[in-house]
Amino acid sequence: MLVTYIQNFLRRQGKPLVTFISRLGELSIFIARTLYNCVTPPFYGKILWRQIVEMGFYSLPVVGLTTIFAGMVIALQSYSGFSRFGAEGAVASVVLISVTRELAPVLSALMVAGRVGAAMAAEIGTMRVTEQIDALTTLSTNPFKYLVTPRILAGLIVMPILVLIGDVIGIFGGYVVGVYKLGFNPANYINSTLQNLQAIDITTGVVKAAVFGFIVSLMGCYNGYKSKGGAQGVGEATTNAVVSASILILIFNYIVTELFFSK
Amino acid sequence: MSETKIKISNLYKAFGKKVVLDGIDLDIAKGESLVVIGGSGTGKSVLIKCIQGILTPDNGSILIDDREVVGESEEEKEAMHSKMGMLFQGGALFDSLTVWENVAFSLLMNQKMEKKQAKAEAIRVLRQVGLAPDVADLSPSELSGGMQKRVGLARAIATRPEIIFFDEPTTGLDPIMADVINDLIIESVKGLGATALTITHDMASARKIADKIAMLYKGKIIWQGTVKEMDKTDNAYVRQFINGCSQGPIKVEV
Repeated sequence: MLVTYIQNFLRRQGKPLVTFISRLGELSIFIARTLYNCVTPPFYGKILWRQIVEMGFYSLPVVGLTTIFAGMVIALQSYSGFSRFGAEGAVASVVLISVTRELAPVLSALMVAGRVGAAMAAEIGTMRVTEQIDALTTLSTNPFKYLVTPRILAGLIVMPILVLIGDVIGIFGGYVVGVYKLGFNPANYINSTLQNLQAIDITTGVVKAAVFGFIVSLMGCYNGYKSKGGAQGVGEATTNAVVSASILILIFNYIVTELFFSK
Repeated sequence: MSETKIKISNLYKAFGKKVVLDGIDLDIAKGESLVVIGGSGTGKSVLIKCIQGILTPDNGSILIDDREVVGESEEEKEAMHSKMGMLFQGGALFDSLTVWENVAFSLLMNQKMEKKQAKAEAIRVLRQVGLAPDVADLSPSELSGGMQKRVGLARAIATRPEIIFFDEPTTGLDPIMADVINDLIIESVKGLGATALTITHDMASARKIADKIAMLYKGKIIWQGTVKEMDKTDNAYVRQFINGCSQGPIKVEV
């Protein structure tokens, strides 16, 4: 009696762990297959280009809006905070550092995860449940090369570019608030921004962006590819894609920062 | 006997504890049209997916043209797939592409055919399945169920495959449209001289397109023979299935 109770108890505790580990294994195999298919022909250039346009060009408005307001609010907040100890002059460099290192990459990636990652999971998931992925196989087309690889590559290429654009827009947002609301001299503001500009700020942002782009595409494709069970399964896949990508973005944001700046 | 195109021996497949295929032995002769009948959930689709290499069987062997296909690499499977065509139950048309791009998919992707030439070829095949050329530029979602089946069939035969699989080709169609699809299947299979494997539980369709019928029950082939033999058989399982009785040796699991 007691033995079966203990056995059942242990079984219940162990099940999530086993599930977690098998998921992790599944994901590792998925990543390995993706990377292998990235470097072996045939390559579908046209499909890659379509993904780049879809993921990059059409994300520009979202990224632009996100980063401009992020830059504006940082200018406002740092001004009110720093004025307590008379360091208002640091506003330009605070905007610069926070936008390029953190806000542009993280906020853009979160927005793209919601916009593009969800769409990927929904599209690939629907293709899975309507047997379109099996149909690709029977038409001698590797579904990995046709569906997954172009999206992962697009994520890797597009996110850094989006973030570079976001950097400029975010800093511009800070400039607008600094000059037109807080009364900074435009020339001084620009001067102070340029003087504080360091390569490392941009580099970390771009490296983060590439990592985040990979995460967004990977989670979108993986969850879509493994979805099953009709409309409900696709809905679940879409939710999982966005939630897991968002959490992983925040975790890897810390890890990459740690790698760059811990002495 | 004519030569064997597909030879399946001792095929096993289980999902977890659920055994789906429990030692299948089945031979399909070249140019023959075999119909596998059986209730829902008896592993008919799994059988087809194992032959295509979409699923890997746990045990057993599948020879296609005397070549073992179980355990082949992805590249070898891709080469094998160029010999095969498949009509899916739900059509499985790519909804991001137009009708003609669906039909010409393999021609464009694998044979690198020119766009113009591929479109002409697609329209030719569409006409073969009774669709007008102006359908070519529509999107699959704009078509009715019967038309989608036709496009699916056109896509399956566009590469002139040696083996064609039909997964419940008449399910969800009205009886007349179902018969039209049956005629098209016979026509295209005979026209190509292809070997056909159909899974269905529509007996009218099975009688019409089959050279040979095999019945799958609980993961095993329990009976096979021609349509005439089927009507005369005293196998209680087959009799129950073709007559559609709820009473008999086959118990419906609820």
